[in-house]
Amino acid sequence: MEHVSIFVKGIFIENMIFAYFLGMCSYLAVSKTVKTAVGLGMAVIFVLGITVPINYLLENFVLKEGALTWISPEYANIDLSFLSFIMFIAVIASMVQLVEMIVEKFAPALYGALGIFLPLIAVNCSILGGALFMQERQYPSIGEATVFGLGSGVGWLLAIVAIAAIREKIRYSNVPAPLKGLGITFIITGLMGIAFMSFMGIEI
Amino acid sequence: MSTEVQEIAPKKEGLFSKKNRKLLSDPLNDSNPITVQVLGICSALAITVQVQQAVIMSLSVVFVMIGGNVIISLMRNIIPDRIRIIVQLVVVAALVIIVNEVLKAYLPDISEKLSVFVGLIITNCIIMGRLEAFALANKPGPSFLDAIGNGIGYAWILLAVAFVREIFGSGAFSFPGLGQVKFLPSSWFIKAGDAGMVGFYENNNLMILPPMALVVVGVIIWIQRSKNRALIEEN
Repeated sequence: MEHVSIFVKGIFIENMIFAYFLGMCSYLAVSKTVKTAVGLGMAVIFVLGITVPINYLLENFVLKEGALTWISPEYANIDLSFLSFIMFIAVIASMVQLVEMIVEKFAPALYGALGIFLPLIAVNCSILGGALFMQERQYPSIGEATVFGLGSGVGWLLAIVAIAAIREKIRYSNVPAPLKGLGITFIITGLMGIAFMSFMGIEI
Repeated sequence: MSTEVQEIAPKKEGLFSKKNRKLLSDPLNDSNPITVQVLGICSALAITVQVQQAVIMSLSVVFVMIGGNVIISLMRNIIPDRIRIIVQLVVVAALVIIVNEVLKAYLPDISEKLSVFVGLIITNCIIMGRLEAFALANKPGPSFLDAIGNGIGYAWILLAVAFVREIFGSGAFSFPGLGQVKFLPSSWFIKAGDAGMVGFYENNNLMILPPMALVVVGVIIWIQRSKNRALIEEN
């Protein structure tokens, strides 16, 4: 049950876009059509689902204070958490590269769909944000961390697909000229955020 | 030979020549990183609840940007093209670690409020964007100016959003050194008095919530584009 709760929370209540504005840059840049939005959203779910558990292991077996005791009890006082930014971003950048190569080799169809988005993702704040939130919230097990990663990814996909669909339609509306494009996208996202706030307090 | 000539020629140009001044002034309006280039939105929205946080965040970003731009620009000729993203990330991450440790040591409560957003400066697209678009192709001097210009362009939007949100959301804003600056007399606020409720004004709590940051930025874009019609998009 705990897992379901984390998953639902990641999608609706603590939505990466509407509650924390993570990954806004690609959210605004790649939301012109639904098709590309789905592609990027899938890639984000994929990469979050892989990097959050890996960073979880890194955090709990290398970086946290006393995490190195599995090597020898003498290392109980070592706190490497100041290195976490650089470690997380290195893991993310190399995982994205690795995933790109593996997908290209074994699933060419998937690569065709995700290919151009994967390199973009290394610098998508939602991926590093996922790792940093995982670190801050101290999930008790790797399962919960993975579910958190996947849930956040699904929430991100939901947000970008929704805004892409709205933007496709709004092209035919009579928006004031200075608001066209970026301005109206911001305001719509704000309104969607207000709508998403109604999910606050859901407990499963 | 020809590369040498190119390298020497711009040196004669003063640091504050017309072209370089443009590097400083352009990002304030015509190519503002947030409202025109659409870079660095994440942090711009998340930490604009209070002016104080926005100031600290802007200073951190300006520091990381200047450092990153100058370092990458110094290394631009020795970075292999294929791994440039990783090199940029490592340089930026190192600078962000410095900022984070300094904040933790000297401003622990603000560091706690900013939580993960200091770390997210690493993936703030404004920094990677400027490294990629400017520092990799230019000398350290202009890169330094470009970093300051874009940093200030980023900071003024951040401060404007934070100012609006804090004034309407909290009715006053607090800043170290100034204390609480109130804009409205406290007798205006609705509260229970001797004869029922007195006052007529109440803070708009919606302003403190995340979605309003988006709306405020949207309105800033609206105002800016109606003044500067060249920026209007097609659809």
